[in-house]
Formats: sequence, structure tokens, C-alpha cells
Amino acid sequence: MSIYFLCLVLFVIGIYCIVRKRNVIKMIIGVIILEYAVNLFFILAGYRVNGRAPIFSSGEEIKNMVDPLPQALVLTSIVIGLATTALLVGIAMRIYEKYGTFDITKIRELKG
Amino acid sequence: MMPASNIIPLFVALPLAGAFLLPLIGKKVKWAPDLTGGVFTLALMALSLVSVWVVNQNGTLVYSVGAWKPPIGIAMVLDGLTSFMLVTVNLVAFIIAVFSINYMEKYTSKWKFYSLFLLMLAGMNGVIITGDMFNLFVFLEIASVASYALVAFGTEKHELEAAFKYAIMSTVASLFVLLGIVFLYSYTSTLNMADMAQVLAAKGGGDITVMVTVLFVMGFGLKAALVPFHAWLPDAHPSAPAPISAMLSGVLIKSLGIYALCRILYNVIGMSAEISSILLVLGTLSMVIGVFLAIGQWDFKRLLAYHSISQIGYVVLGIGLATPLGILGGLFHLFNHSVFKSLLFLNSGAVEYSTGTRDLKEMGGLAEKMPVTGATSLIASMSIAGVPPFNGFWSKLIIIIAAVQAGRYGYALWAVIASVLTLASFMKVMKYAFFDRLKKKWDQVKEVPVFMKLAMSALALICVLGGLLLVGAVKTDFLSQAADALLEGTKYAAIVFKGIG
Repeated sequence: MSIYFLCLVLFVIGIYCIVRKRNVIKMIIGVIILEYAVNLFFILAGYRVNGRAPIFSSGEEIKNMVDPLPQALVLTSIVIGLATTALLVGIAMRIYEKYGTFDITKIRELKG
Repeated sequence: MMPASNIIPLFVALPLAGAFLLPLIGKKVKWAPDLTGGVFTLALMALSLVSVWVVNQNGTLVYSVGAWKPPIGIAMVLDGLTSFMLVTVNLVAFIIAVFSINYMEKYTSKWKFYSLFLLMLAGMNGVIITGDMFNLFVFLEIASVASYALVAFGTEKHELEAAFKYAIMSTVASLFVLLGIVFLYSYTSTLNMADMAQVLAAKGGGDITVMVTVLFVMGFGLKAALVPFHAWLPDAHPSAPAPISAMLSGVLIKSLGIYALCRILYNVIGMSAEISSILLVLGTLSMVIGVFLAIGQWDFKRLLAYHSISQIGYVVLGIGLATPLGILGGLFHLFNHSVFKSLLFLNSGAVEYSTGTRDLKEMGGLAEKMPVTGATSLIASMSIAGVPPFNGFWSKLIIIIAAVQAGRYGYALWAVIASVLTLASFMKVMKYAFFDRLKKKWDQVKEVPVFMKLAMSALALICVLGGLLLVGAVKTDFLSQAADALLEGTKYAAIVFKGIG
């Protein structure tokens, strides 16, 4: 149970980072942490205590195996996260070129 | 003869192929980007119109990706709502691609633009057509990542700031959606939407559906810019190039936000009185707050962006009523809004193209110099404000009648008030931008080039004729078919499994 709780803590740290930090790079790190918390939770959803890899071979009966599907899906989700992060960092670099700062309170020309 | 379901994967495959083809040839051949963008979107539009006919002939169709039978494999489902959304998205996308031929001249690399445009289109079509939860998330991200890049396309100060804000908020929204999918998967042990609906119905939802509903309303609500989650939209939509603003406001927030939310809430989780009242409250809040924020704006595109929030409120209000007439009105308004809001954004782009400004106070009397832009924006303004006989009037009327029929008099009243305020706000636009006395400095202003005129006229024509969708065979085959797909609720599962055959 405590591992799920730790996963939640990671999630909350990510949210906190995005909401409270003023540095653009730190916000991006917050997004990454949030992503990893969700990915970790997905892996945990398919985990079994003392489970083994779901590889079938002849003459062997597998009683307790972990669910392989979340692992495959999390791989996809990690790749998507990579694309998002790369784009975010790219935008952050351009922002630094234009504004000369990473401070989000000084990057405020729009009112929204 | 090939089975009819073979057209389903083309909606994703075609734009993806175009998006990857363009970087190969676009740099060397000068006319390739325009041609590829135009031809691929035209083909998609034709296919989407064919899909309406196909659904009429065959009922719900299911395509199994890689010949793996659902629920093991990934399913793509074509039903009434899907074909309705496909027509909306691809019709608007084609017209916008035509508009971009002239408009994007002022940006340097056109092939990058069309490549991202097609990628975004592939993502949107994918979200609409998929019948698999994780697949939905993947397509959601394809469309979103392409749209972040497109918002930042100008790479000036404002574009970058808006794109960053949009990217952060939208990524968080996607993660909430993913979290919701994880909860559903761990409860039902399946990712196929139809199978999921069956398992949920058999097992009984309980607390997990409440949790998941909250996560989805938050995630998709952020994508759709419903009011507590709307902060990114007024920055992101005006900052993008005009064709992309039209695309974002016209179809992206609807296909990623409204469509996905409705599909999951109605067909997978199943509609209940609580969810209905959540949607009603969110819809009404968006409707009223959006229009109040819009009235005070002087930036043409920013004003339009706030109106997008308000009009999305109407759609959600209609769909949230969960009565047949309400859903019909909501979907009809969704179609109409994507037409007239795209047109308005294209108009603002045309004005910016000719005069270089977006400030309403600086414009004046432009209708004299730009007759096509003036006339089409007048039509679009009257449509959005709900003046008969344009299309916006009919859909708003249906939503208000549906609200009254359902005994929700308060919501109906707010809908009327928001409509009046919309009219006021667009009278301001028309007066300041197009009908005031012509200012000296605009003496040399010229009308926009031919493709932009064509695109705007085509959308204006749809605005005028839009009301005809409510008549006769068009209504039963196109609109009612879409509304029925939502109304069948969790019976969706049985229908899809029958489609697999």
C-alpha cells in the first residue's frame, strides 16, 4: 500500500512544481515528474507480488505473472513524453532568446 | 469487392502519409506543399462524405487493426457520431488548407506548416475514429503536440509565451486523461471501449466511475477550454497564424475535448443525472463568463477566442441536457460553430493580411475596401449572434427549446442572455472594423488574394445554407444519426460487437 502512497506523493510534487515554481525549466521538470508518477502508477496497476515475467515455455506452468500490457503501453507513453519534453525545452530556449530570462513572472506580455 | 470498413483506417493513414511525405519533397519543390496540403485534405473531405453514406447503408462498422479481433486488438469504429465529426473536421480542414495557400506566403517555411497541419489532422481524425482507450490517448497527444508547435509557429515573443502556457496546461490535461484510463483499465482489465462498457455494466461502476468521471471532465474539459479550465485559450488561439486559430477554435477543441468527453461519458461510463448536471453547470458557466470576458476585448482575435469559450458552453449545455432534442441541438451547434468561428478567424486573418493590425480601434470602414471580407464577416457575425435565418439561430433555438422542454428554465434564460450579449459584442466588431468611416491610412488597402476569398465565400455559403441540415433526409441521415449514437448510451457495446461480426 505504501508504494501507491509514494506514487501519489510523486504526483503531488509534480503538480506543486508546475503551479508554484517561477522558473520555466523547473516547470518543465515538474511536468516530467508528473509524467513519471502516472507511468509508475500504470506499471503498478499491472504488478503482482512475487509475479514473474509472462514468458511461456513448454513444460512449465506459470501461476503468478505480472500483466505485460501496462509495460508495453508505458513504453509508448514514455516516448510521447519525450516528444513533449523536447518541444517544451525547445520553446523554453526560444523564450530565453527573446526575453533574456527564465522567470515566468517577467514573461508576461499576454493578459490571459 | 472490398468490405466497406476498409475506408476507416484511411482517415488516419492519409494525413500521416502526407505529413511524412512533405518534409522529403517540400524543401526542393516549391509548389509541393500547397498541392499536397490541398489534395490530401480534399481527399479526406470526400472520404468523410462517403463515410456518412456508408454508415447509412451498413450501420456501425468496425475495423480491426492488424486483423486482431477486438477486444484483444485495436478497434476502429465508424458510427453515426463518428462520421458526423469526420465531416465537420475534414470539411473545415480542407477550406482552411485552401485559405493557407495565400496566407502562409508571409511565413518562411510553408512545408513545415503543412506537415504539422496534416499531423494535427491525423491526430484529430484518430481521436474521432478510434474505439480503443489507449489509442485515443496516443492520437490525443499527436494532435496536441502538433498544435503546440503550430501555436509557436511565428516564434515571436507572444507566440512563444502562449505556446509554452498552452503546452504545459495541455500536457497536464493529457496526463489526467491517462490517469483516468489507468483507473479504468485496472478495474475492467480491458482497453477496448465497447468491452469496457460491457464490463462496467456487468460489474457495476461504484466509486471508480466517480473518480474516473472527475478525471475525464478535468482532462477533456481543459482540452475543450470549459470555464474553470479556460485560461490557456485566449492566449493560444490569437497567437497562432490565422488558419491555425481557425483550426484550433473550429475543430481541435471540439474533437479532442467535446467529442472524446461525450463518447466516454455517454457510451462507456453511461450517463447519469449527476454527470448531466455537472455538464449543465460547466456549460452555462462557460457560456456566460466567456461572453462577458469577450465584450471588453479590443483585439479582434482575442475577442473571437473568448467567444469560442462561450459557444462551446452552448454545445456542452445542449449535450448535457441528455434529451434527444438537446443532444441534436448541441451537435448541430458544434457543426455550426466550427463553420462560423473558422470563418471569423479567417476574416481576422484577412484583415491582418491586408492592414497588419488586429486592434479594432485602429480599423474602420474596411468593408468599402475589402468587400468580400466585409460581407462574409457580416454573415458569420449574424450566424454566431443567432440572427435568423443563418445556421447559428436554428441550433441555439433548438438548445433553448430543449432546455425548456426538460424543465430547465434557468439554463434556458442564461442561454438567451448570452445570445443577446454575443449580438452586442459582434455589433461592436462590425461597427469598428467594417462599417465606420474609412480612415485615411487605409486608403491603399487592397482585397485579399483569390484563394483566401474563395475559402471565406465557401464557409459563408455553408453558414447561409446551414439551416437546411434540419430538413428532411439530410437531418435523418446526418444529424439524427449522430445524436442517436450518443442516445444509445451503453448499448454502444452491443452494437460494436455486432459490427465485428
